Parts: sequence; C-alpha cells; structure tokens
Amino acid sequence: MKKPNICKQIGQDVINSRGWFSANRFLFLRRFSQLSILFLFLLGPWFDSWVVKGNLTSSLTLDILPLTDPFVLLQSFFAGHSLAKDALIGALIVVLFYFAVGGRVFCSWVCPVNMVTDAASWLRCKLNIKTKSGGVSNKTRYWLLAMSLILAYLTGTIVWELVNPVSILHRGIIFGMSFGWGLIALVFLFDLFVVKNGWCSRLCPVGAFYGLIGEGSLLRINADKRDECTDCLECFAVCPESQIINPALKGEGSSIVLDSNCTNCGRCIDICEPKVFSYSSRFKKNTRPSNK
Amino acid sequence: MAISRRDFLLNSARAATTTTLVAAGLVSYSHYSYSLPASAIRPPGALEEKDFNAACVRCGLCVNDCPYPTLSLATLRDDAALGTPFFTARKAGCEMCEDIPCVKACPTGALNKNLTKIEDAKMGLARIVDTKGCIAYQGLRCEVCFNVCPISGKAITVEMRHNDRSGKHALFVPVVNYDHCTGCGKCEEACITEEAVIKVLPLKLATGKRQDHYKLGWEEKQKHGKSLVTPDVDHKYNLPEGKKYDLQGEGLIDIKTDSSLDNALDTLNSMNPLFDIKRK
Repeated sequence: MKKPNICKQIGQDVINSRGWFSANRFLFLRRFSQLSILFLFLLGPWFDSWVVKGNLTSSLTLDILPLTDPFVLLQSFFAGHSLAKDALIGALIVVLFYFAVGGRVFCSWVCPVNMVTDAASWLRCKLNIKTKSGGVSNKTRYWLLAMSLILAYLTGTIVWELVNPVSILHRGIIFGMSFGWGLIALVFLFDLFVVKNGWCSRLCPVGAFYGLIGEGSLLRINADKRDECTDCLECFAVCPESQIINPALKGEGSSIVLDSNCTNCGRCIDICEPKVFSYSSRFKKNTRPSNK
Repeated sequence: MAISRRDFLLNSARAATTTTLVAAGLVSYSHYSYSLPASAIRPPGALEEKDFNAACVRCGLCVNDCPYPTLSLATLRDDAALGTPFFTARKAGCEMCEDIPCVKACPTGALNKNLTKIEDAKMGLARIVDTKGCIAYQGLRCEVCFNVCPISGKAITVEMRHNDRSGKHALFVPVVNYDHCTGCGKCEEACITEEAVIKVLPLKLATGKRQDHYKLGWEEKQKHGKSLVTPDVDHKYNLPEGKKYDLQGEGLIDIKTDSSLDNALDTLNSMNPLFDIKRK
C-alpha cells in the first residue's frame, strides 16, 4: 500500500487549533533572526551605516565587539599560523555563547545556507520526492571536519574556505558573489533531488564543529509532556535531524533532547498539536514517562 | 535503534571514501587557487603569500576599512584564492593612508601590525616592464609615473640619458628605486600607455637574489672600515733598461732622452707614416 504523503497535511492540526501564525512561530522567529543578522552586515555596504563590519568568519560590531568563527580560526592554527589576540577573543566569545544556547543554534538561527536547504527540504516534501540517503551517513560530517583540519595542516592553508558554502554565501552577499551562486544552487539541488537534508545534516563540517561546541549546552528541547504524544510522526517529518527525537520522546530515560546535533530550531514545538515539546535547561528533571 | 557492526563498517567506509574524494579534489584545487596571479597585489603589511593563506580568514574587515575603492575580496571569478583581499594596481592603486586602516582592522595578523609606517610597506615592486613601449624611453616627455609617485622623488626618479637615435637630445627616463618603492601601484594606475609599461609585480617576481658567497669588496670595505683582504700591490713591469711600456705606442718603446723630441711637432714628424697605415 502506498503511504500517504505526510507533507500534504503536515501541521494542519496545529493550524486548525492554534492558527497559522502560531503554528509557525519559531520558523518566523528564525527567519527574522537570520535575515536581520544578514541585514546588519549589509547596512554598511548598502547604506554606509557601519553597525557591523566583516562577515561571519570574523566581524566587528559597533567598533567594539569582535566575533570570530572558532572553526576557521582552528583551521588557521592547524595551517601553522599563531593566533592573534583579537581573533582569539572573538572566537572565545562565540564559543561561550554557543556553549550556552546550543552549538547548532548557529545553523538554524544564523547561517544563511539554512534558508537554502530549508527551501529545498520544503520543496522536496511538497513534490513528494523520496530518495534514500544514498549511503551518505550523517557521520560523514565528522570525517569532513577531520579532513578540513588535516588538510589545513598538510597544505599550510585554510583549504575548506575555498569551497565552504556557508562563507561563500554570506561573504558573497556582502562582498560580491559572482559564480558563487552556482555552488549554492548545487547545495539546493543536492538537498532537493539527491539526499534529504544532505548538506546541513550529513556533510557540513561547520555544523559538525558547532555541534561539538554545544555538546554540553544548557538550552535544550524537552519532550516534557511525552505521555501526551499521539504518534502522528509530524515532528519526525519536520526535524532536520530526526534521529535525535526518539531517545527523548520514546526512550526510558530523560525527556531532554541531549543529542548535540539538535539545532534548537523549535520546529517540533510548533508542529506538535498536544504541545509535547518545549525549550528548557538540560538539567530539568523530567516527570512523565514515555508512552511507547 | 541499535546499528549492526556490518552497517557501522559500511557507513564508515562510505564516509571515508567520500572524504577522500573531497580531499583529493580540494588539494588539487587549492594548489591551483593559491598560485597568486602577478596582477593581484596584497594589502600593505600582508605576510609572505604562503603564511598569508594560513592566516587570512577572509572576513573582509580590511576591505570595509579601506576608505578607497581599492581593496576587494576575491570571488570565484578572480584568480586570487577565494575570499582573500587583493587589489589590481591598474584599476586602483593603494592610496597609502598614513594610519593604515586596513592593517589595523585585521583581526588575525595576516596583515602584520608591525607595519606602522606606510612608507615601509612592500606590497610589490614597480618595474618598467617594457622600455620599448615606454614613451620616455623613445625620447618623448612624459614622467607621469614620476609625478604620481607618493614617495615623491625617491621611489621613482627621472634620469637623463643620451638619445642615441637623434644623437643630440636627451631621454628623461623613469627609474624605480628598489629601496623606496612600496608597490602601491599608483604609477601603474596612472601610466598613460594603453597597456601599462610600468607594472607592480609581486616581490618574488620582481626581484632576484644572488648567492651569499658573492661579496662586493667595495661594500665590505666600507662596512668594516678597511679592506678585509691584503691590499693589492702596485704592479710593476720588469722591463729591459731604457724601455717603457705603453700599449697605445704598441708595447715596448725606447725611452727617448733626445731633448729635441720635447717639441710635440717634432715628435709627430718623426713618426713613420707607413707605420700608421699598417695600424689601420
């Protein structure tokens, strides 16, 4: 028997009970966050009002707050460059921030590629395109992460930055893109036709790195009211890292989603009609058992 | 959801294969991409190219703080490594700001903060790459590069040379002084020829290097205040008596003691005309 396409009616229950806006609350907030961060960077080049200079790899806000991508700095270190004070302070601030709110918050609330891959994921669902993972394991990202550091060491240059779609897109929008669009289009098509959530959830070493930063992060998704789960599977359908839900929702132990690959995007909170999920601290004690 | 050993090994093998493929592609691409083209000049204070590519995170803070439309970050269309800052002298040279804002902005030290005086910058070296094309070398007056040079009168000087073609005029040719040229590229930007005949080249291309064992005696002498080797003995010919050596007079000649030859006219008259013809 052919399975019904879950995408056709996804979120319909929530929209009916809480309204369309409420059913997409965190999605809107994330888009707002992503776009306003991008807009802050563009204020300078577009309107000559320099609130933020630079781009996501390193920036200076209001001439006082330095922020540096710790991953690119680590590659620079592996390439043989001794770290400068400014960059180090910037990276430290970033690490501390993501340690608190969850490393992959970068992916779902900041990274501009997320809008591209989310679009691919949405379209893939609407067009009912189903392909297997193509053998691309979600552990591949750690291999690529290790590779980018090893190659930096071997070649003495920051090699990953030559192809990194995250910086190519963000830097491109601010400083000029030219053929960079081609690469972004490739990421989109790869996610759409080849592998579901292929880039962000399986390959991207930047995301893998930020995931590791947030290994012990404080802010977590909590399947607190998991006994009220109706097994509609919609959270699994919208979650870009769906393997992380099961242990919390259906497991014996804690109801906190402890997997560091959770991006804290909040889609599961929005989509769940019985409001099983919520944001909470990782230390919150769970009270209810799961209904297997 | 337990994963079987077989699946684990298979997944790992797949991931390893993918990674190796990506790595192989990346290494060959990086090799191509890190060979900086001669036309791309790095901002002032940039580390040596190899170190620069390890240090620069491509944030563009130097580009943002450059008050002129000089610096930009390389896109996939440019030949410089993707995202790294550079400028093309022919389009816009470095204006050599006194406070060097691009160096101050760099968070990683890819642009070295030890550079505090812009006159000490070595972004490259200007060279007259084509004396045939340069109109000054053809005897026309130009001196535009000399006039726009920010290290006024030092990095580029005008030398007067003899015009061999006309035989009576002078050439006023520009000469780049290695010690003072910062490689800002204003000369290349301003050069009036269709394709600039003066170009800023990366130091590596513009300069050579002789081996250390070449010591220039006169420099060593000045450095140490005295000659480091035994001074040359004045040469003396061991000549037969009554002869002297003079090449113009074709070698050994008699020392004349005849006082009548003190008269220059007598000397000329005494010369054998046939002897002169033989010489020709």
